[in-house]
Amino acid sequence: MRELLSGNEAIARGAYEAGVTVATGYPGTPSTEILENVAKYKSEIYSEWSPNEKVAFEVAAAASCAGARSMVTMKHVGLNVAADPLMTLSYLGVEGGFVACVADDPGMHSSQNEQDTRQYARFAKVPVFEPADSQEAKDFFRLAMEISERYQTPAILRSTTRVSHSRSLVELGGREEVDREIGIEKNPPRFVPIPVWGRVMREKVADRLVQMREEAEGSAANRIEERETSLGIITASIAYQYVREVWPEASVLKLGFSYPFPDRLIREFAEGVDRLLVVEELDDFLEEHVRSLGIDCSGRLFIPGVGELSVDRLLASKARMEGGKVPISPERSFAEGLPARPPLLCPGCPHRGIFYALGRHDVVVAGDIGCYSLAAFKPLDRIDIILCMGGGVSMAHGFDKAGERRRVVGVVGDSTFFHSGITGLIDIVYNRGTSTIIVLDNRTTAMTGHQDHPGTGRTLGGEATKAISIQEIGRACGIDRVTTINPYDLKATEAAIAEELAAQEPSLIVSLAPCPLRERRPVGPVRTIDPELCKVCKRCLKLGCPAIELEVGVPRINRFLCGGCGLCQEVCPHDAVSSVEGT
Amino acid sequence: MSTGKTKGVVFVGVGGQGILLASTITARAAMLAGFEVKTNEVHGMAQRGGSVIAHVRYGAEVFSPTVPEGTADALGALEEIEALRYAHYAAPTGLAVVSATAVVPVTVSSGSATYPEDVAERLRRAFPRLVYFDAGERAAALGNIRAANIVLLGTLSLGLDLPQEAWAEAITRSVKDKQRDLNLRAFEIGRTIR
Repeated sequence: MRELLSGNEAIARGAYEAGVTVATGYPGTPSTEILENVAKYKSEIYSEWSPNEKVAFEVAAAASCAGARSMVTMKHVGLNVAADPLMTLSYLGVEGGFVACVADDPGMHSSQNEQDTRQYARFAKVPVFEPADSQEAKDFFRLAMEISERYQTPAILRSTTRVSHSRSLVELGGREEVDREIGIEKNPPRFVPIPVWGRVMREKVADRLVQMREEAEGSAANRIEERETSLGIITASIAYQYVREVWPEASVLKLGFSYPFPDRLIREFAEGVDRLLVVEELDDFLEEHVRSLGIDCSGRLFIPGVGELSVDRLLASKARMEGGKVPISPERSFAEGLPARPPLLCPGCPHRGIFYALGRHDVVVAGDIGCYSLAAFKPLDRIDIILCMGGGVSMAHGFDKAGERRRVVGVVGDSTFFHSGITGLIDIVYNRGTSTIIVLDNRTTAMTGHQDHPGTGRTLGGEATKAISIQEIGRACGIDRVTTINPYDLKATEAAIAEELAAQEPSLIVSLAPCPLRERRPVGPVRTIDPELCKVCKRCLKLGCPAIELEVGVPRINRFLCGGCGLCQEVCPHDAVSSVEGT
Repeated sequence: MSTGKTKGVVFVGVGGQGILLASTITARAAMLAGFEVKTNEVHGMAQRGGSVIAHVRYGAEVFSPTVPEGTADALGALEEIEALRYAHYAAPTGLAVVSATAVVPVTVSSGSATYPEDVAERLRRAFPRLVYFDAGERAAALGNIRAANIVLLGTLSLGLDLPQEAWAEAITRSVKDKQRDLNLRAFEIGRTIR
C-alpha cells in the first residue's frame, strides 16, 4: 500500500517498521512531527517529550545500551544541547540500534541559525544518512538502525525542512519485532569511559569508522546514475531533487549514506566524468572532502552556500557555470511596495499584555526562543536580544553583572523554562543577581504546534501526570519574590512589573494564561470600536494585534480574527471599545 | 495516466486561512488520478498570521517538491496581496484564482506601510488568466465562511487535468464526515465560477 506521507511521518513509520521500542525528543521545527507520529504507535513504542534534547538523548541512549532499539528527535540547534552525550555515546557504543533524527533548517524558515548536522556526524565519528524524499526517509531510518546495531554505533538521520515538510508517496511495510531480553550487560570496560577504558574505546571508534567506510562503499543508499559523461554531479538530500531537474542529462553520484565518505565510489565516479560538480546545501562538507582526495571539482564557486537551494537558484548557477546569461526571473513588478506580512503574536495571545506593559518601562529585555520572539517586531518592539533556549534567563544576569545602566528583565516561555531556564535562575540567586525573570506560562509549547511539557500535567501519550510548578521551582531555587499574574489584566500586570523592577533582589513573575489557539476558544467576547467615540489616538494599534485594522479613518476590529482578550478595551482612553453582545 | 510535463500548483494566503487543506486535497486528487505527487508546506513560525505558500506538483515523475518560479499551472490565493507577492510563481499560461479578500497586515495598521490601492489592476496585469471573486462571500452563502478555501479550489480545479471523481473522493477523505456535504457543495459552487 502507498500513502502520501511527509518526511517526518515517513521517519516515524520507519521507526515503527524497524522495531523501535523507545523514542524521545524535544519539539523543534522542522523535526516536531516525527515524534508526534511515533507516539501514535502507542502499544508498540514508548515515547516521551523530554524536558530538553540532552535529557531526551540520554534516555534513549540508556535504552539502547540495555538492548532496546531507540531513537531521539530534535532540530539542528537541539543537537548542540545534546552534543555532550552524543560525543561519548560514540565511544560507549550501543547494543540496540540508536538513531538520532536531526532536522536542519536551510533558509532559516523557523530557526535562529543555519547549521549543518553532517559536521556533527564527522565530529562524533558516527555515520550519517541523508534522505531526499519520504520513501527514503522511511528506508534510511531502517538502514540507519541496521548499521547502528551492526557496528554498535549511534547513527544520525539528517533531514532538512524541505524533506521533513514535503509529502510524497511511500510504500508501507510491516513491523520487525525484535525478540530480545532487555538489560544492560555487567561490563564496566564496555560502558564506563574513565580514561583507562576510554582509550580502548577510542581505538574501537577508529576501527569502526574504517569498517563503516567499507559498508558505505557498497551501500545501495549511495548510487551512481550514469548518463552523459561531460558533467558528473555529487549530491545528497533534497539538493538531489533540484539537480535532477536542472541537469537531467548529467551523471549523478547520489549519496544517502554520506559519512564515513565512500572514497572509492567517489574516485570511481570522478574518473568517469570530464567535469565534476558538488551540489550541497549549507556547508562544503562533501566538496572539501572530494578536494582532500586530490580530485578537482567545482562547488561553492557556483552553488550558493547561504540559504536553501532551489531549482531556480541552481538554474542561475548552471548559467554562471556555462558562462551564459543568468535566466531572467519572472516579472516581479506586481509585488513592488507591497506591505510586509511578518508572523505575529496571534489575536488573543496572552504574551501581548506583558510586552505592552514592558514598553512602559526603560528596561533591557533579554528574550528567548518561542512565539514571544515575535514581540521583537514593531509595534511591540520590546525584545533587545535573543541568543538561545534558556538564554533569556542567564543573559539577563549577564547584563546585570556587566553594569547595564537600565534595569534588566529576562523573558522565557514555560517549556523553555523547563528546557534550560532553571539553571540560569539558580545562577542569579547563587551569584547575588537582581534580575526580574518573567515566565510566559501559556501551558504549552506553542510555537512548534502545542506539545505538552513537564508543567502541563499531561504526557505525550496523553496520560495525566504530575504538573510541575514553575513557582515552586522558583522558590526552591532560592527566589523569595515569586508572583503569578494574569496578563490580560493590564493594570495589575503593569503594577507587578513596576514593583519587581524596583526590588533590589531577584524576582520571578509567572504570567499565567493558556494559549487560546490550543484552547480553541476565544478569551472573552469579541470587541468592537465605536467610530463615534474613537478619537483615532491609535493607542490600540500599539498592541500589534492582527485583528485591529486600519486602512483609512478609524481603526476597526475584524470580528473573525478577534480573540476576545479585551486588551484594546483596557488601553482605550476614550471608552470607544466595547463587547459585541452574544459573542 | 498521462505522461508529459510535471504540473505545478501553488496556494498562497495568510496563516490560518486553510491553505494546507486545499493543498492536501489537490495532492490526494492527483494521487487518486494515478500520478506521482509531491507537496511542500510551511510549518512553525511562518504560520503565525504570516504570509504562507504551499506547493503541489504531480506527473509521471516528480523531483523537486517545490514549484519552480514561472511554472505554476494554477495559483490559488485566499488573500489578494498575497497573490501579488507570489505572482512570479505562475506560468504565463497559468490559471490564477484570487479571492477578493483583504487581510490588512499589521505593518499597515501600525502605519509603517500602506495597502496598495491598485490591487485589482495589478492582478489583471500579473495574471493573463485571472478569476477574481469573493470566495468568502460564496462560502458564507453556503453557511460557513471557512469553506472559502474549497470554493476557491473548485474554481482552480477547472485549470487542472484531474477528473471530477478524484476531486470528490479527495475531499471526502480529507474533511470530517460532518463537514463533507458542505465542502462538496462549496467545491461545486467553485466549479461554476469562471
